[in-house]
Amino acid sequence: MAPQIDPIVGRYLHVKLQQRPHRIYFEEAGQGIPLVCLHTAGSDGRQFRHLMTDAAITEYFRVIAFDLPWHGKSAPPEGWHDEEYRLTTASYTEAIRTFCAALELDHPVVLGCSIGGRIVLNLAIHHAREFRALVGLESAAFQPPWYDASWLHRPDVHGGEVCAGLVSGLMAPQSPKAARWETLWHYMQSGPGVFKGDLYFYRVDADLRDAIDRIDTRICPLYLMTGEYDFSCTPEDTVRTAERIPGAEVLEMKEVGHFPMSENPQQFRRYILPVLDRIRTVP
Amino acid sequence: MDQAEAAADDLASTIEKLPTLVNADAALVRRGRSLTVDVLLEVGATPYYVSIVGGRIDRIERGPQVMRSWSFAIRGDARAWRQFWQPFPPPHFHDIFALAKRGHFRLEGDLYPLMAHLLYFKDVLAAPRRLAEGAR
Repeated sequence: MAPQIDPIVGRYLHVKLQQRPHRIYFEEAGQGIPLVCLHTAGSDGRQFRHLMTDAAITEYFRVIAFDLPWHGKSAPPEGWHDEEYRLTTASYTEAIRTFCAALELDHPVVLGCSIGGRIVLNLAIHHAREFRALVGLESAAFQPPWYDASWLHRPDVHGGEVCAGLVSGLMAPQSPKAARWETLWHYMQSGPGVFKGDLYFYRVDADLRDAIDRIDTRICPLYLMTGEYDFSCTPEDTVRTAERIPGAEVLEMKEVGHFPMSENPQQFRRYILPVLDRIRTVP
Repeated sequence: MDQAEAAADDLASTIEKLPTLVNADAALVRRGRSLTVDVLLEVGATPYYVSIVGGRIDRIERGPQVMRSWSFAIRGDARAWRQFWQPFPPPHFHDIFALAKRGHFRLEGDLYPLMAHLLYFKDVLAAPRRLAEGAR
């Protein structure tokens, strides 16, 4: 019998970020319009494996997901043991733009979830001309925090398990059990303090409420899609953001939560396929 | 019995099945194997003292009791618990932190045992959802 192998290829890219050498891991599948996928805080690019094995998508899109530094198989930079990891709006934006430029991606679509959904708003504010379209999943300009992040990194609580425990409730009860637990496994494998460091961007550094008025969706279309069970970034948070951006399209997704692409891939494709079709067919 | 009493009675019979539901779940007991703690669950006006020993629910006692200690408490109104225990709760009623964020649940006391065993408590508290599944 022939071996069953996913059509996903993983490679390492060498780039400089914040003036330091980095070795960035990315996976890709398909061909056509580049579709760069940004994982959630404290997780990695494996969240997008179902998009990469969906022929309806990979026929038209080159789906690419890279692991941010410190995440997945992208190691932290040399000297990491002497510093506290903190993602910022500037470092996140630089990572995305550097990655796209290094791979010579021509006007990619960027699709990001959670922190990835937040940063696509920043791309829309400052760099809209570089992208064909932007898609924010579980995206809002700001959300109020709902727990004390100091629980995420302390020696007497297992970081992976508490991170997974916290985000477990962000998924819909209808999502398949196997997919939910796979989503949690990625959190359990995250490095110490990494989820917390991502939340510095999310909670402290990237309050974009005063800047989203500058988004011009005529330059780059913006789609905002949020799951009804996401109580961290609620559909109301997304609508509140979209109301200030003329032309932004909002979709509420039923029976999914904060991780649509990994917690319920079948349900998510019902919502994302029509959006990708529109992105593809608009010149 | 009026309607409110009947509803409270229904919640009482649900929570009192917690030991059976949890202790029959070997994987869940294993997840909590290093945990021994006393927890207060307040369902509406009724306190329940839940004693966990090595991941098993040793006993659950209906209160109030004078001078009873507990490590942490989860207090919620009856409507919130009833929604939470549906097989597919509606959004914002499906998770203890979602309920806390909306003000339906309050988490009090020493939260260390809760946070250090969060995945255990998530499934212990959600266990009564299986009752409705079995009844269908």
